[in-house]
Amino acid sequence: MMTHTKPDAFYDTFERKGHNDKNTHYCPGCGHGTIHKLIAEAIDDLGIRDRVIFHSPVGCSVFAYYYFDTGNIQCSHGRAPAVATGVRRVHNDAVVISYQGDGDLAGIGTAEIIHAANRGENITVFFVNNAIYGMTGGQMAPTTLQGQKTLTTPLGRDSVRDGLPIGMSEVINALKTPVYIERVTLSSAKGVMKTKKAIRKGLEYQVDGRGFSFIEILSPCPVNWKMDPVASRKWLAENLEPIFPVACFRDSCTNSSAVISARAALEVSELTEAVESSPAASENAGHLPFMGDDQLISLLNGEIPLERLETIQLAEDQLVKIAGFGGQGVLSGGVLLAKCGIAESLHTTWLPSYGPEMRGGRAYASVILSNDEIGSPVVDNPNVLIAMNTPSLEAFENDVVPGGLILVNSSIVSRKVSREDVQVLYVPASNIAKEGGLTAAANVVMLAVYLHHTGKIPVERLKDIIPATVKRKEFVEENLKMIDRTLNYYDTHFRS
Amino acid sequence: MNYVKIAADQCKGCRVCISTCPRHCLVVGSQFNSLGYQNTVFVGEDRCTACGLCFYVCPEPGAITVFRDESPEKESGTKGESES
Repeated sequence: MMTHTKPDAFYDTFERKGHNDKNTHYCPGCGHGTIHKLIAEAIDDLGIRDRVIFHSPVGCSVFAYYYFDTGNIQCSHGRAPAVATGVRRVHNDAVVISYQGDGDLAGIGTAEIIHAANRGENITVFFVNNAIYGMTGGQMAPTTLQGQKTLTTPLGRDSVRDGLPIGMSEVINALKTPVYIERVTLSSAKGVMKTKKAIRKGLEYQVDGRGFSFIEILSPCPVNWKMDPVASRKWLAENLEPIFPVACFRDSCTNSSAVISARAALEVSELTEAVESSPAASENAGHLPFMGDDQLISLLNGEIPLERLETIQLAEDQLVKIAGFGGQGVLSGGVLLAKCGIAESLHTTWLPSYGPEMRGGRAYASVILSNDEIGSPVVDNPNVLIAMNTPSLEAFENDVVPGGLILVNSSIVSRKVSREDVQVLYVPASNIAKEGGLTAAANVVMLAVYLHHTGKIPVERLKDIIPATVKRKEFVEENLKMIDRTLNYYDTHFRS
Repeated sequence: MNYVKIAADQCKGCRVCISTCPRHCLVVGSQFNSLGYQNTVFVGEDRCTACGLCFYVCPEPGAITVFRDESPEKESGTKGESES
């Protein structure tokens, strides 16, 4: 009977260096391999292989994705807890592991680990502490011992110059939110078996939705410590363990923070379910019409019937770029358009870009309206360009796709569009706005022309949105009048 | 009987298993494997308890497989077994 064998959570072969390779890239006697094996076995035992998303760091364990037959993300240096947070928030079902070394976690990514721990993210962090930067050749890490010789401290770490080693478990223990904090060691077989238990517990707690677990594992680095693997384990016990005491700092599955964390997770999943089962989420059920506060109150009081509208079907995604200088309402124009899209239950993104100046700097907003989910909010090649000033036309004219639409604010832009494969409307938006008594509403003029001309979204929607969006309420009426003024202008100048 | 199967070509000769085994069932082999290491060899047919400590301390995922109440002759191909 086979009692101990390679866990299934490992790939059969590790194809990093060559076909059919079965060895890791780790040096002989490295602690990583042992820890990998313990994690893989725990994944097998808990039956969670299909749910695990393993976040590997920068450091020797950067190649963990060659070994673990699970979901894998290789994170930038020190950022694994931040990436894991994102994954945690969008994948309710995932078992999220962050695996980091001491240079990565205690040095480069100190902020990320502290805040992930303090938020009580329901993730499990395995912190491999070997008191040195291993992959880069043995430089001093924040955890390097006083007097320890490394490449960058050839005479030994000096506390006056370099400070003293950071005990990350103690630091994490200063936070109230984590549910499980333990430091274990690989110095002996007994220590390895305790490590096995700690790893398993950290994963179990996550599966149970209890919250943040932090397991610090003291691990040998024979090569950079310049000793043989067996001696490195002895050195670990004699030198690292007195400075980093092996202990369970916290195991509180019943404390209030754990309950809060579990409750928060539950609320998130309930919210997600509610959104996913809402009428707007299913394609054919239609969506609620845009309603002001008064209408919503009437609806909730049962005074008006529940009405559902069919979602507009766009022939093609609208990739809109609104560009001008700060103060022309470029960004807020984008917000208005995006809100029109949202009111029509379209998938919508709004991405602003602007300089540090509040007024006068270059500014543009990218808005995407789509019937499908939007992968990226970036618009490189718009099919609608609204150019509020000359530099914007210069900058983006050639990016517009052939057959696209360019709206030019002809009050300010004196030149004509040089391309012939696009449709162009010259709208004296600033003049129309000025004549209407509100120069700042040139953006509304442009949006009204765009919506009216293309018919993608009813102009009425813009009228619905403005009262809820415009911050200075005394200008709401003038903005609404501006739309009518614009439509009049459109009908006399373009519809002939 | 119990025994430990060493996939010779996956062993990096670190000897941590040798120093860990409470019953001294493992020794350094005299041959060099394909990686250039003197791999561990199992010599504890009469005393191995299949405790698995060598398996856990070994840093290589597939280098060690532990069998209980089984004879080496009957073994079937195991995951991680060296085929070369």
